[in-house]
Amino acid sequence: MSSVDTVWVLLSAALVLFMTPGLALFYGGMVRVKNVLAVMMNNYAAIGVVSLLWAILAFSEAFGNDAGGGLIGNLSFVGLTGFHHRLPGFPHLGASPMSVAIFQMMFAVITAALISGGTTDRIKFLSFVVFICAWLLLVYAPLAHWVFNPQGWLASRGVLDFAGGTVVEINSGFSTLAIVLVLGRRRGWPNEGMAPHSVPLSLLGVGILWFGWFGFNAGSALGMNSVAVSAFVNTQLAAAAGLVSWIIFERLRESFPTSLGAASGAVAGMVAITPCAGFVTPMGAIAIGLIAGVACALAVRLKFRLRYDDSLDVLGVHGVGGLVGMVLLGFFATRSINAAGANGVFAGGGFHLLGVECLAVVVAVGFCFGMTWLIAKAVDLTIGLRVSPEHEFAGLDLTQHAESAYSLGGTGRISS
Amino acid sequence: MKLVVAVVKPFRLDDVKEALKLIGVRGMTLTEAQGFGRQRGHVEVYRGAEYVVDFVPKLRVEVAVADDQVDEVVSAVVDAARTGAIGDGKVWVVPLDTLVRVRTGERGADAL
Repeated sequence: MSSVDTVWVLLSAALVLFMTPGLALFYGGMVRVKNVLAVMMNNYAAIGVVSLLWAILAFSEAFGNDAGGGLIGNLSFVGLTGFHHRLPGFPHLGASPMSVAIFQMMFAVITAALISGGTTDRIKFLSFVVFICAWLLLVYAPLAHWVFNPQGWLASRGVLDFAGGTVVEINSGFSTLAIVLVLGRRRGWPNEGMAPHSVPLSLLGVGILWFGWFGFNAGSALGMNSVAVSAFVNTQLAAAAGLVSWIIFERLRESFPTSLGAASGAVAGMVAITPCAGFVTPMGAIAIGLIAGVACALAVRLKFRLRYDDSLDVLGVHGVGGLVGMVLLGFFATRSINAAGANGVFAGGGFHLLGVECLAVVVAVGFCFGMTWLIAKAVDLTIGLRVSPEHEFAGLDLTQHAESAYSLGGTGRISS
Repeated sequence: MKLVVAVVKPFRLDDVKEALKLIGVRGMTLTEAQGFGRQRGHVEVYRGAEYVVDFVPKLRVEVAVADDQVDEVVSAVVDAARTGAIGDGKVWVVPLDTLVRVRTGERGADAL
């Protein structure tokens, strides 16, 4: 076991974990005051239940010995046991397998947390928790097995996805679309004003996401090497490029570059570089970030035209950004950065990689949307996904959690 | 006694306070308000969604005055608060039935 590799993976795990509280701030600032704690609670609850379920079962599903056909892992690693020095499919792993297990846990956590951005203002807390438990086991873990585990059927077909363009980004985006279609639009949307209550909170959140994303992407090298360094550099460049292209788009389209747009652009760039981080050159990363900034800036406006209420644009930023990144990888991938990768169109590799990347996109979109829709429907038909109209009007903080974010009604007194 | 209520632009507050001090008015009450008359609101943009906000931030200043001082007070406030642009606000006067100083219990003109 290499100490340096393990240090890097553990540190990256901590960085990725930090992204979920960062996401909570990002989302919290964008909702109205009466619902800020509820969306943050969804994020923290995701940390809680996903961490436990990952250790108990989902890690084995994703990274356990293949049960057949590259479709799902078996129960060999249930309870985080049974894999002391080796991880199936990773013959040259320098980091400790347990460090990889905890690192990957944080990916599952944040992907689940991302979904809370679409369901804000109207989802029942218990239903959200039940939903993400089912989703983790039935959507996330299988897809992680197919793509992150070299034994998985997409990975073994040559699909490249460095840090989760499919498993995290397309998954969160299109799973969110599925659940919000079942959940329904917020009452009063889009005519009633639902502007962010604290843009500073959101900006702080994106800063934390940005910081953590270095662990997300560079940590996915699962060791300290030149590919990890490339991923680190590419993350920064794509974020910067996405930020710039989004605000230029805003300035041209709506006459004002906004701070929320700058933050969103940075996120869009990082989303798109997620599958590409360890496979492209720095200039490639800039190009990918620039494209993603514009693509996502356009995509977030789509919901108003198509009339689906994805409150905080999980589909628009993560779904579309991940899709764009996976496709662009087919063009920009180069073995000069990562010999274990492949050459895309621009590196003279022809269209083969582009073909398998598009296959992965189609599979990820279809599976995540379809399976999540079924799960959401099942939860809705049994315990109900949505709060009552009275509760929606009063706000989820009070009705779901008996809390008030800013003591707006005075601090009250202890009743007993 | 009368209650003079003035809704003015927030940045005019210091001038209004000074003008009242100059004519001997010793106290006032301030609340933050929002309002519009002929002044149009503004537009905020978040992720491509445009929000039209009709209300504009204002300050409400309330002063209890003796009947014989009303005109002087109203003129002072209006002159101090005016900028000449739309949205300068309004001043109105309502009759004040009872006035009591909490500390001493004085009533009426003694409480002014």
